[in-house]
Amino acid sequence: MPLLILRRLGNTVPTIVAVVLVIFTLFSVIPGSFTSAGDDGRVLDAQVAERMRKELGLDDPLHVRFGSYVANLVQGDLGTSFRTREPVTKVIAQRLWPSLKLTIAAMGFAILVGVPLGFIAALRPGSLIDMASMVVAISGLSLPKFWLGLMLMYLFALTLGWLPSFGYGDGGLRHLILPAVALGVSPMALLARTTRAGVLDVLNADFVRTARSKGMSEYRVVRWHVVRNALVLVLTTIGLQFGSLMGQAVVVEKLFSWPGLGSLLVDSVFQRDIPTVQGSILVIVLFFLAINTLVDIAYVIIDPRIRYG
Amino acid sequence: MKLRANLLIGGALVTVAVVVGVLAPWIAHTDPVLDANLMNAEIPPGSEFLFGTDGQGRDIYSRIVYGAQISLTVGIISQIANSIIGVTLGLTAGYWGGWWDDFVGLVTNLMLAIPSLIFALAIMAILGPGLTSLLIALGLTNWSYSCRITRAQVLSLKSQGYVQAARILGYGDFRIMFTQLLPNMIGPIIVIATLGMGAAILAEASLSFLGLGIRPPFPSWGSMLSEARDQITTAPWLSVFPGLAIFLTVLGLNLLGDGLRDILDPQSRERRA
Repeated sequence: MPLLILRRLGNTVPTIVAVVLVIFTLFSVIPGSFTSAGDDGRVLDAQVAERMRKELGLDDPLHVRFGSYVANLVQGDLGTSFRTREPVTKVIAQRLWPSLKLTIAAMGFAILVGVPLGFIAALRPGSLIDMASMVVAISGLSLPKFWLGLMLMYLFALTLGWLPSFGYGDGGLRHLILPAVALGVSPMALLARTTRAGVLDVLNADFVRTARSKGMSEYRVVRWHVVRNALVLVLTTIGLQFGSLMGQAVVVEKLFSWPGLGSLLVDSVFQRDIPTVQGSILVIVLFFLAINTLVDIAYVIIDPRIRYG
Repeated sequence: MKLRANLLIGGALVTVAVVVGVLAPWIAHTDPVLDANLMNAEIPPGSEFLFGTDGQGRDIYSRIVYGAQISLTVGIISQIANSIIGVTLGLTAGYWGGWWDDFVGLVTNLMLAIPSLIFALAIMAILGPGLTSLLIALGLTNWSYSCRITRAQVLSLKSQGYVQAARILGYGDFRIMFTQLLPNMIGPIIVIATLGMGAAILAEASLSFLGLGIRPPFPSWGSMLSEARDQITTAPWLSVFPGLAIFLTVLGLNLLGDGLRDILDPQSRERRA
């Protein structure tokens, strides 16, 4: 088992290297993203541009720049923000906790609503509740998150006045609810669908028929056989969704002025703060990869039949 | 029964969106960009203005009708690009195998590792806002699923008799891939393309909402929502209709994709499990 886990970790390394290469290349090869004019059409003074190019080492050959980028990266140095002149790691560290909190809350909502919904639907296939939950699921997958957020904001904050409309506030639960629901609806929908599909598959499996035919009560069949076996598929979906949620949060964070990584990324794009843009993307992607790797390792522990070749 | 409802409702919604987009110049009441009239600012929905007017007095109904053109153009063209990339890579990787397969596998993993919205956002940050940038950003970043499915299908079909027969007849590799293999796996590819179109429309709306896609005054549903956010207390209808348009169009594509999957790709259940 430890060997399997090591091998799985080893598989992630080439992907990480490729990701770093892409993030570096995207913002370095294309001319004009560092010192040329911004959106407002202002052009930098030639001397200032020259000094900036020197300072940032922009005239060095690409492989030298990539080398120093990676060397810094390995030491945990993501560069210096163009805007605040602070280390990017520090800027990102301040945003990490709000982002994590939003992601976890959204995922919690998705699991608490989506899994029971899919489960109940699968136990009564074709029933009214099955139809209703699948309508909810497909609608949830088609809703633009920021629009849903806007509607929730209008209804619960501006009209009913139950919850604050935006911002982080004191970091308490009240500010968290609306953005978490807006972000959590699409993973909720996906979870409802996969739970339903997974449970239906297991209900038709031979061992469930065997359990029933030996007189096991329906409750025990579901409790002992169905839940355990459907868990793998559900866990995969939870893991994949959780990992990608930080990336999906960009629009929701922006809408609710939530001080997370997503809004940092968008703001930095507009301010042409390239080191911060690169750093935020890198952290979002690494988070995704880390969660995926954990999910794969969790499989091996939950389901000993799974082996990685 | 359920199968028909999917296809029927999905097909109807998509048809309406396409017809509205194509007929936009004839069914819109006013020009979506130029016909601003401050005398008509922020009129609620009613008989004169079906969906009301915005802060500059522009008719929301006309802007939504024209917005369908942008959404559909982005959805269709970027998905065609994704399908071409994904299918070509998947076919060649599965058929040739070897180092090319390993390389395509690595690139596909990479694409799956970077959330597509983030990737598209990075490209938009470099290229700047606009329709062309959007088509590039969204057309290059969402092909990994088509690639994976195509490759898996090639692996299962490649040993079939008709493929070997074609090889014995001296068909070239590309001829086998595109005339023998591709027609036999077109079902799942169409399903993925339909769902991908919905995803592209959502991505366009998100990027435009962030100010990185289509910029105002052009009537993208996403950029309309980003303008509407500031007026949500005084003119909430501005936020309702563009969002509804996105939702119904994407819902239509998702329902259509699900319905098509049941017909064209019956084994997909096994593959997903």
